[in-house]
Amino acid sequence: MRHQRPNVLLTIATWVLVIIFIFPVFWTILNGFKSEFDATANPPKFLFSPDLAGYELVAQRGMLAYLWNSVVASIGSTVVVMLLSIPAAYALSVREIKQSQNTLFFLISTRFLPVAAGILPLYLILKNLGFLDNVWALAIIYAAINIPLAIWMLRSFFMEIPKEVTEAARIDGAGIIRELVRIVVPITIPGIVAAALICFIFAWNEYFIATLVTGATAKTTPPFLASFVDGRGFFLAVLSSAATLAALPVVVVGWLAQKHLVRGLSLGAIK
Amino acid sequence: MPAFSARLWFSRDLREVRLFLQKAKSTTKKTADKAKLKGLLYPAVIFVIILTQLPFLLTIVFSSINWNLLKPADRQFVGLENYATVFSSGDLIPALIATITMTTMAVVSSLLLGLLFALLLDRKFKGRALARTLIITPFLVMPAAAALSWKFSMFDTNIGAVNYFAGLLGLPEPAWITDYPMVSIVIVLAWQFTPFMMLILLAGLQSQDQEVLEAAAVDGSSTWKTFQLITMPHLRVYFEIAILLGTIILLQVFDPIAILTKGTGGTKTLSYLLYERAFIGLNVGEAAAYGVIVVVITIVLATLALRTLFSVFTRGVRA
Repeated sequence: MRHQRPNVLLTIATWVLVIIFIFPVFWTILNGFKSEFDATANPPKFLFSPDLAGYELVAQRGMLAYLWNSVVASIGSTVVVMLLSIPAAYALSVREIKQSQNTLFFLISTRFLPVAAGILPLYLILKNLGFLDNVWALAIIYAAINIPLAIWMLRSFFMEIPKEVTEAARIDGAGIIRELVRIVVPITIPGIVAAALICFIFAWNEYFIATLVTGATAKTTPPFLASFVDGRGFFLAVLSSAATLAALPVVVVGWLAQKHLVRGLSLGAIK
Repeated sequence: MPAFSARLWFSRDLREVRLFLQKAKSTTKKTADKAKLKGLLYPAVIFVIILTQLPFLLTIVFSSINWNLLKPADRQFVGLENYATVFSSGDLIPALIATITMTTMAVVSSLLLGLLFALLLDRKFKGRALARTLIITPFLVMPAAAALSWKFSMFDTNIGAVNYFAGLLGLPEPAWITDYPMVSIVIVLAWQFTPFMMLILLAGLQSQDQEVLEAAAVDGSSTWKTFQLITMPHLRVYFEIAILLGTIILLQVFDPIAILTKGTGGTKTLSYLLYERAFIGLNVGEAAAYGVIVVVITIVLATLALRTLFSVFTRGVRA
């Protein structure tokens, strides 16, 4: 009983801190359902009659097309990442190929090279090939950026498969590729899904490259949102509606993947 | 294991990959299995090299050319002239200072807040799963959306929530973004990265041996002593991972700067400076020289953090 009181106080303190911490998220969602008049009220209004004008205005500004571009770029890139990374991660996990450590280091080092380093030539190449403002070109760039992360993460899952399982398959005469498709992939589906979700998150949220290589047609959600910066007049409600819509998919995906989030973020170092 | 720092250097990378390809070629015949394994590995590696390493090589080439987009016909080799222009412009040192200041402040504050939340959320209490789910949200919210929300609904001088609450508490109500541009950006970054740090440290706390903690309690060790002598040493490797990865990501941060300040008020970091030179100006050669210099500086800064910490990635830790 002696410990009961401090524990309750600590729990209350924890919840208060958590609520303060996520207040900006809560506040943005709330503002998105206000009229512009209520959203810009001073002092801020916590009670108001809900208004969908912000969402209507966002739809009028064509946000759906930009959301769709984001869907294509993120899912497209994630599919490419998985098709290339699953075999590669498997090759690097199966048994120590002599060069596998070097390859892994090489892959991780590309992750540390600032994206900005190669963006100017990429931009000029895309421009000359006529692929500027093309959502698939954006997807390909995202894929290249996410492959190292995916390989590291997938490899950490593949390494956990007990040797006996794959050896049994080998004795049965299964080739490497059959072994991968029939045994490894089915066992590690949860890990593969987690890796895919994390690649999706990074692609969906990416702003820097998107703003540089896309224009009117292939523009994704982040550059569309950023265009609010130069807004004039009252736009807090419509901005908040747009921000809520833009953030929603990744927040949901992230909550679903939260168990594996830390492994993905630490490149497989923390299991 | 050779020092990882050396491997970061671009030329080394390419040489290693080439060596790797050569060696691979000579051993392919050994077994059909090995050949197949490499067949699985190559497509991904080649894809990554083409899209991330070759463009950087081109950046280096461009940096030695005088090339203005308005006069595309008039291109010529100028050697290191572009570098001389960049170094004499006086933009680099302030950008370097801004980068180091922003990264350090953001890493330290998110690490401390992350530790606080990790300790609080490691306890068993009502609704812990919900609290953990909620707390990771800032890290998931699209950074551009987060920066906009902070700028217009939190920091705004007239209608922002921050100053509303500051007023209620009788605190000063500054014009955050214009009065304290660096602090404003760091607040947004710390907010976004606290969940990141928390996730890693929480994984560390949960991997502690419960029996050791119980034994310490039975032996009459105070909570603080246990934390100091058992938990902190155990968390060390997790701190290393958190600092390392946080530093690498934060060194390259772009979104909140572009949205909150556009690089004004001492917030023009190397990555923002590079963007400004490359895509607002028209001089390709000079922009490329900026690119090369920014990459070299970033790699040096990252290497300083990496050198001592990299072994944790090859070892891995179990949570």
